[in-house]
Amino acid sequence: MNTSIDAFVENFASQFDETPLDQFQASTAFRELEEWSSMTALVIIAMVDETYKVKLTGNEIKDSNTIEDLYKVVIAKVNG
Amino acid sequence: MADFVIRNVKFAGLASAVPKAVEQNAALKQFDREEIEKLVKLTGIERRRLSGKELTTSDLCFSAAEAVIAKLNWKKEDIGAVVFVSQTPDYILPATSNILQHRLGLGSGCIALDISSGCSGYINGIITLGQLLQGGNVKKGLLLVGDTISKICNPLDKSTYPLFGDAGTATAFEFQDGAPDILANMYSDGSGYDAIIIEDGGYRSPFNEKSLEHCVIDPGIERTKKDLVLNGMDVFTFGITRAPECVNQLMQAFELDKDQIDYFIFHQANKFMNDTIRKKLTLKPERVPSTLANFGNTSSASIPLTITETLKQAIDERPLRVILCGFGVGLSWGAVAMHVEHAAIADLTEI
Repeated sequence: MNTSIDAFVENFASQFDETPLDQFQASTAFRELEEWSSMTALVIIAMVDETYKVKLTGNEIKDSNTIEDLYKVVIAKVNG
Repeated sequence: MADFVIRNVKFAGLASAVPKAVEQNAALKQFDREEIEKLVKLTGIERRRLSGKELTTSDLCFSAAEAVIAKLNWKKEDIGAVVFVSQTPDYILPATSNILQHRLGLGSGCIALDISSGCSGYINGIITLGQLLQGGNVKKGLLLVGDTISKICNPLDKSTYPLFGDAGTATAFEFQDGAPDILANMYSDGSGYDAIIIEDGGYRSPFNEKSLEHCVIDPGIERTKKDLVLNGMDVFTFGITRAPECVNQLMQAFELDKDQIDYFIFHQANKFMNDTIRKKLTLKPERVPSTLANFGNTSSASIPLTITETLKQAIDERPLRVILCGFGVGLSWGAVAMHVEHAAIADLTEI
């Protein structure tokens, strides 16, 4: 498993159908993306479960602003 | 560890009933058009059956019970147990199972139990009725499982209203010496009690003057405190974890070979969740039937309704081994492995 921030941003971006890849940075406020919805959140939870083998809660997604914020939550769990 | 071996009990037959009224999700005007299209794509739920004001869960279960009794040619005086599983009973009290015992014309020498359970309710019900029957004191029993969740969803709440449809089912079990064992497990985690909840109307938070106040939670999520709340993200994480886990635990505990199981029937939550669960168990889609497109999430009824709709022909043709798995409100989850052989599956009833 590649636990780098770059790999996480790429994994995150690949869950989106319409948003161009260049719009995804570690600093991207993902909930402000036009394509973001509560349904995208489920897709992200599934990606994190499959790729990183850890579980995200709804609050952890709601409390994260940027992709990096979410990455930190995931990595803390991976290392936990 | 709640593992169960239920001996000498046979799955004798099943009938399912749904309301005639169909609602198409694509036709819902109260939600953003693009969003509803995405929702249909992700959930796989295109249309649902609605009970409206007149029909209740017990009406649907009553029709299903009459259908399965007729299909099996059972004598009503032989039925000694009625277990009713639902989140939408007729009244807070009395128990709906008592009402159904009388309405079905069953004798007073009949134990009647209500179980408050939703998406894992079919598993709870099989375990409970199985325990009542396996001693041989009661020879025949009915498991009446259904819900009318459309009645408790706010039509302005996109996180619940487009997902749920209504259905009632009746499964007949009987004592039969030497019947193959029914194997089961059941789990509970009440720390997630508020992930799926109706806040007001019980005795912790009684119905009060504020219960009908309209609250805007988020765009497209509006409801009152007497409506269903579903925390979609937490329930999703729960489902994709616990459902595959309990199926694996059941297969390990009883040394079942995945390849010997003909079909895996999961509670029908939504397509994305169910596909994720299926992939985690490395099961091919043809072994995992679905009724989400036409009926949506029918809560406790979804497993038996899916058997009626997708497996009737296979059951009529040959003996099957199936694993059933329910997960949801409580939170609670569990799985059942059983043989289905010479079982009477009635055609779907529409009322």
